[in-house]
Amino acid sequence: MTTTKVSLPAEFADLAPFAGWALPNESARYAKRVASTMDELQAFYDAMFPRLEAAMTYLDKLSLDALPDDAKHLLWMCCALVTVSFPVEVWRQPRVPDAGASSIDEVVGPAV
Amino acid sequence: MPHFKKPDEGSWTEHYPSLGTKPVSYADSISPEFYELERDAIFRRTWLNVGRVEQLRKKGSYFTRELQAARTSLVIVRGMDDKIRAFHNICRHRGNKLVWSDYPGEETSGVCRNFTCKYHGWRYELDGKLAFVQQEQEFFALDKADYPLAAVQCEVWEGFIFVNLDPANTTPVRDYLGKFGAGIEGYPFHKLTQVHKYRAEIRSNWKLFIDAFTEFYHAPVLHARQAVAEESVKLREYGYEAIAYEIDGPHGVVSSWGGMAPPKDLNMVKPIERVLRSGLFGPWEPPDIGLDQFPPGLNPARHKAWGLDSFLFFPNFMVLIWKPNWVLTYNYWPTSYNTHIFEGTCYFAPPRNARERIAQELAVVSFKEYGLQDANTLEATQSMLESATPVKTFPLNDQEILLRLLHVTAQRYVREYQQTKARAA
Repeated sequence: MTTTKVSLPAEFADLAPFAGWALPNESARYAKRVASTMDELQAFYDAMFPRLEAAMTYLDKLSLDALPDDAKHLLWMCCALVTVSFPVEVWRQPRVPDAGASSIDEVVGPAV
Repeated sequence: MPHFKKPDEGSWTEHYPSLGTKPVSYADSISPEFYELERDAIFRRTWLNVGRVEQLRKKGSYFTRELQAARTSLVIVRGMDDKIRAFHNICRHRGNKLVWSDYPGEETSGVCRNFTCKYHGWRYELDGKLAFVQQEQEFFALDKADYPLAAVQCEVWEGFIFVNLDPANTTPVRDYLGKFGAGIEGYPFHKLTQVHKYRAEIRSNWKLFIDAFTEFYHAPVLHARQAVAEESVKLREYGYEAIAYEIDGPHGVVSSWGGMAPPKDLNMVKPIERVLRSGLFGPWEPPDIGLDQFPPGLNPARHKAWGLDSFLFFPNFMVLIWKPNWVLTYNYWPTSYNTHIFEGTCYFAPPRNARERIAQELAVVSFKEYGLQDANTLEATQSMLESATPVKTFPLNDQEILLRLLHVTAQRYVREYQQTKARAA
């Protein structure tokens, strides 16, 4: 589990053990997914999924163009949940089955 | 009985007799010699999409493109007069590559007031004029007006930038794109400025990936597990039929159903899709992009179950327009007879809040997960097509009509190029 200090909004302090998923782009989130075990992915999913609706409700009150750091981290964790939903809900393994050595890499992504 | 009405001839394919219905050979995808011909016959002679105007926001904005298939590197730039131009990326002095950073083989972009060669400092205006020659007096009667950058035909259609390396091909890009281009003109591409772009090095002939993305016959099988279990069984039993196919010259379109949003039963979709109200077909609630009605070329059959149209603009550009107001483009850039670079770009309306941002993320990540399944299948196909098996021809069904079109068209371009060359000799 990560020990890095990543700020989160106070009402989402319960997600602090998973703040290592607050990664700024899809490449980084995907890299962490394929470097994780299914137990780790499942643990993040189980903690984050029930908080997704509350996180979006919280974030929707803020301007997307001027998110404070703690909110940005929460947004990135929501995006990481999207990345992790595929192994947990579909594949039952971190990588896409039969995708072997294939990679499709993000070269341009949104600012947040 | 088909679920969607086919032409009176009984099939989409037979509606276009020049395609034939016989099994096809894939010799055009495994031959280094054929690829060499394609480079000159296709990639140096047709309009190629190299980007969008939003990549060149300011006067002096530029990017380079490494077009190995067309045997050149180009620099594309917005001039001081706001005109977008393309030049061969070569200094007129002694042939050095003009614009690059760190690695000459890698694409780059930026903003500048003029182009200065790293080698001897020759400087060019953004419209290609040679403006400065280091120690000009050392040259022999050199007139700078004789040494502008070598221009390449460059036109913009609906914000998409195209180049054409054949000076003899004077057909404007708008005419080249034909009926399908005209049919989607006016679509507000310029409002879809939230961009997610992906790139992959694929170990297959470029045509094989287009094959994969112009038929959905494979979808219920290869991508079966991306649907919830009961849905997947239903989809496979049902199989896949497009609403309609159409061909116009070298270009084609498949009009497809799908992405019913919201789904009739929420249990038809995955848990993450239920919460985010989004999926492969995009966010369920389409953003307002000022479209009172779709341009006439979309959903040509006017079917109520319509989900997306996939346009193939020959040779290597696909535009997918999805019902919930977003766009995906594909570009395929050959690097050898059995490798290519794939680019997939998702264009959305800028999200107004985090909820919309995350819903878009799900559409993007879904595209990537599907793409990864497709990409690896290609390597498996390429390796066997190249192997020493006795299997040489392959039956294509009516839902694979656009594959026939692509291969027949590539072969026709090569044949016509060879005939032209033979006549000239």
